[in-house]
Amino acid sequence: MTGTGIGAPVRRKEDQRFITGAGRYTDDLSRPGQAHAYFLRSPHAHAKILSIDTAAARAMPGVVAILTGDDLAADKIGGLICGWMIHSKDGSPMKAGPHPALAQGKVRYVGDHVAVVIADTYAQARDAAEAIEVAYEVLPAVVDARAAQKAGAPQVHDVADDNTVFRWHLGDKASTDAAFARAAHVTKIDLVNNRLVPNPMEPRAAVGEYDPGNESYTLFTTSQNPHVARLVLSAFIGVAPEHKLRVIAPDVGGGFGSKIFIYAEETVCVWAARKVGRPVRWTSDRTEAFLSDAHGRDHATHAELAMDENGKIIGLRAQTIANLGAYLSTFSSSVPTYLYAPLLSGSYDIPAIYAEVDGVYTNTAPVDAYRGAGRPEATFVVERLVEVAARELGMDPAKFRKRNYVKRFPHQTPVIMTYDAGDYGASMDKALELADYKGFSRRKRESARRGKLRGIGFSSYIEACGIAPSQAVGSLGAGVGLWESAEVRVNPTGSIEVLTGSHSHGQGHETTFAQLVCDRLGVPIENVIIVHGDTDKVQFGMGTYGSRSGAVGMSAIAKAIDKVIVKGKKVAAHVLEAAEADIEFKDGKFTVAGTDRGVGFADVALQAYIAHKFSGQDLEPGLKEGAFYDPTNFTFPAGVHICELEIDPDTGVTTIERWTAVDDFGVIINPMIVEGQVHGGIAQGVGQALHEGAIYDESGQLVTASFMDYRMPRAADLPSFQVGMTVTPCPSNPLGIKGCGEAGAIAAPAAVMNAITDALGHEDIAMPATPQAVWRAAQKNAAMRVAAE
Amino acid sequence: MAIVNMTVNGRAVTADIDPRMLLVQFVRENLRLTGTHVGCDTSQCGSCVLHVDGQAVKACTVLAIQADGSSVTTIEGLSAAGGELHPMQAAFREHHGLQCGYCTPGMIMAAIDIVNRKGHALDETTIRDELEGNLCRCTGYHNIVKAVAAGAEAMGREPIRQAAE
Repeated sequence: MTGTGIGAPVRRKEDQRFITGAGRYTDDLSRPGQAHAYFLRSPHAHAKILSIDTAAARAMPGVVAILTGDDLAADKIGGLICGWMIHSKDGSPMKAGPHPALAQGKVRYVGDHVAVVIADTYAQARDAAEAIEVAYEVLPAVVDARAAQKAGAPQVHDVADDNTVFRWHLGDKASTDAAFARAAHVTKIDLVNNRLVPNPMEPRAAVGEYDPGNESYTLFTTSQNPHVARLVLSAFIGVAPEHKLRVIAPDVGGGFGSKIFIYAEETVCVWAARKVGRPVRWTSDRTEAFLSDAHGRDHATHAELAMDENGKIIGLRAQTIANLGAYLSTFSSSVPTYLYAPLLSGSYDIPAIYAEVDGVYTNTAPVDAYRGAGRPEATFVVERLVEVAARELGMDPAKFRKRNYVKRFPHQTPVIMTYDAGDYGASMDKALELADYKGFSRRKRESARRGKLRGIGFSSYIEACGIAPSQAVGSLGAGVGLWESAEVRVNPTGSIEVLTGSHSHGQGHETTFAQLVCDRLGVPIENVIIVHGDTDKVQFGMGTYGSRSGAVGMSAIAKAIDKVIVKGKKVAAHVLEAAEADIEFKDGKFTVAGTDRGVGFADVALQAYIAHKFSGQDLEPGLKEGAFYDPTNFTFPAGVHICELEIDPDTGVTTIERWTAVDDFGVIINPMIVEGQVHGGIAQGVGQALHEGAIYDESGQLVTASFMDYRMPRAADLPSFQVGMTVTPCPSNPLGIKGCGEAGAIAAPAAVMNAITDALGHEDIAMPATPQAVWRAAQKNAAMRVAAE
Repeated sequence: MAIVNMTVNGRAVTADIDPRMLLVQFVRENLRLTGTHVGCDTSQCGSCVLHVDGQAVKACTVLAIQADGSSVTTIEGLSAAGGELHPMQAAFREHHGLQCGYCTPGMIMAAIDIVNRKGHALDETTIRDELEGNLCRCTGYHNIVKAVAAGAEAMGREPIRQAAE
């Protein structure tokens, strides 16, 4: 390892621009002649559009154009798509209703796009939107997924009876039922996984441009996967041909899943740019973000765990109703199905599992992937079940988990996944030590003396990352392959440009990817630049989500680097006048084996380009190699988080006293960045458990549509975190990386709720455990104590 | 329209603006100083924090004309282009106090204001309480807290620079 190689806590290359205000986010761009778009959104959750009168608005100052769904239809622009086909258990395909970028005849949630006003200034566009007269026939709305399936509920899409998009299942029902029939003990729980709003600090934004001379389009957008956006916008929505659409995702201020998807606004900006003959820009305000960014989670689950007489888990079954919102967002159907149920085995050896999931339309914002995407929901089910089961059996929750851990690898679960490597017991032991688990009872007594309730909770999560083998996901319904691409361009001076299909929006790829290059090629880190986020520079890529950029994106770079070394050896053989087979490459130098003769990497690069030492007929000049890497398996990061907290029963305020995380992410490129990812994930998970929740009232109004109403975690809500690591290298990719981006958000909610229920002494509380909810639950405690006395 | 005069990052600026223009719009759109960001519209997130006459202000909550006659410092004004970083900027990089970078300018400007008000020896509780007006979705605040403490201390070691500001 060099000072900047794999494993070094290298300070980030990208920080210079961010700490000096020189970052370039989409809204920072100013294009010559630009016009501003403002979207008129539906104030109703469910209504027919009878008419849209734009006459008065068109006469307002600065207005360039007002466009509606009729204009989209006239230009034959297609609807937004869902890229993952799910089949119901009866074999029928999911019931996907139309999803026009601007409403056609009907609106289905508050915030749905009715019209776009394009004007010289943003203020003019917004003012004019207020002058548009829309006649609505308001229809009854339904916001709760369980209510939406009931007879007589308002129907969101004609195509989906009972508002049910699919009734899907996974696992073997018969063997699972048999396990429950012979169980010595069965634990049952009902859980709600609360709806969240991702809220990256940078709101979504887009700038569309059209060049009439070349008949080509450019879209600047806040995207985690610009190539996927280009593919969907061209092949499916049909707004521009793929080879004439350049998509650029410049600096992007956080995503957490919400910027994977292809939304109405960016579609309209590209389309409208040609119509009005000017660049068209749009930036979401925060309330628009609350209303129209895809939300996360929103599951209701009944789950059961079967144990034998020795406390060994023998079966798990779950029934989940997933709220998908008013339309199927880009990857929405995969989240509560293939990203959820295959993780219901957790870290445990469970011989029989059966899950049923209904995906349901409601009059709410579309729901799609949010940090963890399905895996936090699975972990919450498994880890709450396991904790409650241990309590019911009177077993220590750590011992109960260790008894049931998967201990031999590879391990085939009954729900698709083959865990390739791990040592869950090692993570648990280290976490118990770091958390001073032995001292907990003393601390609990001390809290009790002060009238406080102290609790401790575990979450022994597992996730499937490194998404994913293309053939495997294709067989499960994915419309795309999930490989990654890379190109390593060595310049004649020996400096290196790495083009990657991954996209960095906070993850630090410009540093970690460069560390890999330093490590492998022995070049100084300042001589390496990582290029991403522009479809004109990077040929194709699948983007960043599902903790895939290290395991898949960097594996593609490693593969391309290997090819560069192979080519470099050929060049070096000519330079050193030796046989190619005798050339070795190490620490940035090509040498002839067994001699002290060698040539440096930069010299070989120069020789490759001047091509004086070899015939162009024998060897192609140049030093540039590309690779596509398709993973052989998912990766399986796992770990143990322990939350210790204190509740003030008089106020209901919960204070997290200690947070211990021990994660196994396989090989780590940059521990500083990895720990930062863990911290951020925990904060989002604690946010879900204690603070956050998107709430629609019965009429479908989002009553938590600003930071005044939706409680984001702030600095004083969180402790400093104790983060430890264990390492079992991942055998499924050349770098041994498992991925770390989502772990904290997956682990944290169950750890918090297990600690709160431990403190309270009963299970009757749901997320978010706000002070009001905790206070009510604590009053129930008091009532229980009185009854017992 | 209305005429405003102010000093921004040491430079005198005059403009004829729509009176409803916010200070954050003025610096971003008129002056093209895009390091100051907008993360919400309810003064909750602090992405837009800059300094007006030496005090941290949420620029989304101030009309540009309210800053008439004032001296404004934005993130771009903390260090000369290509020059030495302000100690608080350096501390954010050294302690990995940023990920996506969007909240970062507001965090740094707020952090300097905390030091100006509370001194150079800041404990964790004080820093967390004082960051009440700034949201970060990436870092979980852990490394921001470390960065602010280190930056505060470093500012205390640079008396000359401080006097100059």
